[in-house]
Amino acid sequence: MRNEMTSPAGRKLKKSSQLKYIAGRLKRNKLAVAGLIIIIIMTLVAIFSPWLAPYQYDKTDLSNMFSPPTREHPFGTDELGRDILSRIMYGGRYSLRIGIISISCAAVAGAAIGSVAGYFGGKSDLLIMRVLDIIQAIPGLVLAIAVSATLGPGFTNCIIALAIGVTPAFARMTRASILNIRKMEYLEAATSINASNFRIISRHVLPNALSPLIVQSTMGIATAILIAASLSFIGLGVQPPTPEWGAMLAGGRNYITNYPHLVIFPGVTIMIAVLSLNMLGDGLRDALDPKLKD
Amino acid sequence: MGRYIIKRLLMIIPVAIGVTVLIFTIMYFTPGDPATIILGSNASAEQLKQKNAELGLDKGYVQRLADYMGNLILKQDLGKSYMNNRSVSGDIMERFPRTLTIAFFSILIAIVIGIPLGIAAAVNHYKWQDSVAMIVALFGVSMPGFWVALMLVLLFALKLALLPAMGIGDGLRSYILPCIACSFGGLATIARQTRSSMLEVIRADYIVTARAKGQVERVVIYKHALRNALIPVVTDAVTSFGLMLGGALVIETVFSIPGLGVYMVTAINSRDYPAIQGAVVFMSIVFSLVMLLMDLIYAFVDPRIKSQYQKSKRRIGDA
Repeated sequence: MRNEMTSPAGRKLKKSSQLKYIAGRLKRNKLAVAGLIIIIIMTLVAIFSPWLAPYQYDKTDLSNMFSPPTREHPFGTDELGRDILSRIMYGGRYSLRIGIISISCAAVAGAAIGSVAGYFGGKSDLLIMRVLDIIQAIPGLVLAIAVSATLGPGFTNCIIALAIGVTPAFARMTRASILNIRKMEYLEAATSINASNFRIISRHVLPNALSPLIVQSTMGIATAILIAASLSFIGLGVQPPTPEWGAMLAGGRNYITNYPHLVIFPGVTIMIAVLSLNMLGDGLRDALDPKLKD
Repeated sequence: MGRYIIKRLLMIIPVAIGVTVLIFTIMYFTPGDPATIILGSNASAEQLKQKNAELGLDKGYVQRLADYMGNLILKQDLGKSYMNNRSVSGDIMERFPRTLTIAFFSILIAIVIGIPLGIAAAVNHYKWQDSVAMIVALFGVSMPGFWVALMLVLLFALKLALLPAMGIGDGLRSYILPCIACSFGGLATIARQTRSSMLEVIRADYIVTARAKGQVERVVIYKHALRNALIPVVTDAVTSFGLMLGGALVIETVFSIPGLGVYMVTAINSRDYPAIQGAVVFMSIVFSLVMLLMDLIYAFVDPRIKSQYQKSKRRIGDA
């Protein structure tokens, strides 16, 4: 171990070195760094799309429909003459937001439910786990279909449908790590100095259960983007003319024979986004895994 | 073993009931009046009221739930479609085999390619075979299945004209592209899992022993290592199979294969709630059965579970 506690501010020094250590391990993993960079770029492009995109996403040009990729339109234009590159740039606002918001909600809700179940155990644990069993007995995509069919299509409903489906996985994972942590001596110490349950869970238990949660969230955003695209594709997610990537694929599929660029570019974009998140998730898992430390 | 199987079989009953109640409740809150959907907006208030009474929709939540559960358990009846008045369970049973065919052959492809890919990666850890296999696997989990399907149609059906682009008119040939498209995600997951569990096993002492006694490398890998590495892979394969059943729903719509997915999408577009509800309940019960199958396979391949139950049996016998 480097940075043994030699300075008077030893505790602080060690804490920051831990983070640095993880960052250092992550930095050594080239795929993870590439994934992180691509995701940051995609997010920035999505945020600044009104200034970066060459055209408005909904600007139609009926004299220039189905244009193949040209210098003016690098990804070509769609059935209404809208610039596909601009639509993809704007679309990131929807696709990435769906992934990030739904997973954040699911992670927070799941972590809360899982902590309660794992920490208190007993009847509340039994009840929560049985309910989770039931929700998890429904395949994720099918549950998302059922919820969207009830709520109706749309951006917010799509997020709700996804979040409900993923919450049990987060709850289960948090519960498992908390069951491990509960046996640790530092919890006994906290209990013995009369710390409140809330304080113990929020200050001692959750931070130690965090690393699997971070990895799962990264991968979860990737899965959520894929499921959201599937939902939009079968007409249940975000509706056209909103330039969500899955909705763009749904709109372009009828023209695939003669104008394949309508489906190739949005699909490749989804793939790159998901691929980067998966690479980052893999890297984070290795960086945070204490078993792999040398 | 018998006791374990019975215990697991019994555990599925509350889950199946819970799932049905949950789906029913979600669907119960769907806005919109079924009678208006069936009769159209021109129907008189009288007609609408009569239709709702006919469908049993004028009753309360508990009564309707009880009716639904009763019909499902006693008659395996999921109600009648709003659109064509046909039995939902009959329609589902007619269409489900097609979805199952896609999922079954997809998992077969995924296992047959995924496991060797994972072994090759683990055996050649840090060499080019490892990198290639893992890059293939990363791409596999990152592509939307329905998009892969579209790309396969574009290449093999539209450009090369080798395989049919849609329908099931060509028998099994019509299933080739859908199965390939559907297998990608599972293939990648299985390859990654095989690799990581092989890597764990390969460092074990008994592998060193096997090598030290001069065992042929092929036998070491396939007999000593793979058998022990296979347990988590089995779990992953069965989970993938469950996910493929879901994925097949979307992929069907690309190929217009009249399976459960197309049925659900049609039902959703025409707001045919008994059909949606029936399909979701049916899929969930099938999914639970697949998970049950996983536990049973798990008990079969993992000697620790087997011995646990054998021991307890012996103890009962002693007493």
